[in-house]
This record gives sequence, C-alpha cells and structure tokens, in this order.
Amino acid sequence: MNVSPAESGQNDILAIAQAWAGEGRKIALATVIETWGSAPRPVGSHLVIDSDGAFMGSVSGGCVEGAVVTEAIDVIGSGKPKVLEFGVADETAWEVGLSCGGRIRVFVEKVG
Amino acid sequence: MDAALLNALNEERFNRRAALLITDLASGAQRLVREADLAGGEDAAHLRQVLLSGKSRTETGDDGERFIEVHLPATKFVIIGAVHISQALAPMAMATGFDVTVIDPRTAFATPERFAGINLIADWPEDVLPDVGLDRWCAFAALTHDPKIDDNALAAALKAECFYVGALGSRKTHAKRLERLSGLGIDADMQARIHAPIGFDIGAQSPAEIAVSVLAEAVAALRGRESKREARG
Repeated sequence: MNVSPAESGQNDILAIAQAWAGEGRKIALATVIETWGSAPRPVGSHLVIDSDGAFMGSVSGGCVEGAVVTEAIDVIGSGKPKVLEFGVADETAWEVGLSCGGRIRVFVEKVG
Repeated sequence: MDAALLNALNEERFNRRAALLITDLASGAQRLVREADLAGGEDAAHLRQVLLSGKSRTETGDDGERFIEVHLPATKFVIIGAVHISQALAPMAMATGFDVTVIDPRTAFATPERFAGINLIADWPEDVLPDVGLDRWCAFAALTHDPKIDDNALAAALKAECFYVGALGSRKTHAKRLERLSGLGIDADMQARIHAPIGFDIGAQSPAEIAVSVLAEAVAALRGRESKREARG
C-alpha cells in the first residue's frame, strides 16, 4: 500500500515540505545529522519551517526549535545551508540548549 | 534542497522503495541514490550497508563531511495462520517495529480475543493479500500447516520478493510442499528462498520460543546478516 501525504498526516515532514513548497511558501528543512548522549530526537529527524516562522516536526524535545526556526528564516533569505550545533543548556548564560544533557548537530537548508 | 529532488525522494518513499539522500555538509550539494542504483561502484557496497542498517549517519571522508539520510519503507510482517505461535509472534514483531497483519480464514482461530490489539483478517489469504500489499519490504510466515491456506499465499510472497519467507513444517512436510509449489509455477530458485524448517535453530520448544527464532531469522534477513544457507529441500 502506498503512503500518501494525506494518509501519513502530520508525521511525514518531507511530505509536508513538498506540500508547502507546492503552495508557493518559502521554506527550509532542518535535519538532525548527529547526536551525542541523551538526545531527544534521533538522527534523520526533520523540522520544516516557512518564512513566517510556521513549523512542523521536531529536532529536539522543544528545547532548540525556537533557535532553529530563527536560523531557518535566515537560511531562507540567504539560500546558504548551515550546520548548527546545540549542547547542554547553560542557565546562567541564557543560552539555547538541550536540558537533557545531550548534544546535537542540525543541518538547515532552503528548499526550492 | 532542490524542490524537484524533494519530490523525487518523496516519490520513492510513497511507492515503498528504499533510497538514500546524500548531502555534502560543506556545500549543501545533494544527490538521491535509489536502491536500484546501488548495483556497482566502489561506494555502492558501503552505501548498501548503510541502507540496510536503516540508520542515517554523518561520515567524514576524503571529500569532507557528508550526511547519509536513509529512507526505508516501513517493514510489514504478514503471518498466515491465527495459531498459537502467531499469538506470540504478532506482538513481538510489532514491538520490533513491524507493521503486522495476521490472516486466517478459520473464524475459530481468528478471534479478536486471541489477537487483542493485532491487525487480524478472518478471510482467505488469496482474497485479501492484494489489499495487504506484499512487497520487498515485507516479511512473511506461513504457519497454518494447512496447504489449502498456506500454499497460494506462499507462492504470492515469493513472487512479490518478500525479504523473508518462512514456512512452518518438518523437512518431510516441506518436501511435499515444494512439489505442490512447483505446480503453482514456483521454480527451484524461488523455492530455495523459503526458510523451512522455519526459524533459527535455537532449540525452541514453546510457541513463544519458536516465535523468537522466526523473528530473529526475519530481522537477520532484513539487515542483510543472513548466513549463507545450503539449498533446502
């Protein structure tokens, strides 16, 4: 049986990316490319972001999505891909990070 | 990512074909590698291993760093026979990540009570298998001991090139089965793909232990770790 975007629903981020691009939205795709320690989402997890900051999917348990969205909007503008790295959150420095203690790398690219 | 590349990747995914998306992390350059493209070439054997592992990974080589994103179709496990072994095998296979379907036309066996939480179809395999959709990313086990129920389904699984095809029964039973399958147009090469007696030899006694041996054999076949087997008969 074929899995169509309609059937796979909100979990098929690549299908959503194709649909959003088809609607003419300017979008970027973020992908977890490497993890260390107790990373919340496995390698290959996706987040799709549009130029208005709307997003679907996840690259962490919600810890770094905000920062990835900001970078993604930048990437949509420049067209240049980026590799982001996030480590343990440092509360005193108010950095964006992973509270679970893991470390992840995220590749962000424009689609289209 | 180029929009056309994304569409091509999704085309593979929606049609249940395995593919790799390879990204050069420095430049962002990407290419789609379909499973069918992995026939030869120096990188092909390595990429094939990565593909079968099912795990996306970043690697550093002479050309810099690249991310290999693995896209495998969801694996199914189709079990013919709502028997005691299936009652153990179905939940174990689900826990392992297979999309499980149990098929048996005998309504005394195929009851929701015996298969709570399992996708169970109380009908003849030949009538429902076209909808279930056997393909290369499907494991198949015929467990009824009844040729009327097992044989046609086995032939269908072999023709669909299911990555694992197992059939319950002794060597003697299996020899008779192969004679019948010849009559259904299954040649010697296809017959040799059947795992029978079914399951790894772990000395399994109980239905649950047999289920473990069948599931282990199916996982080994999926991950390309299958030991070389003598032609069976």
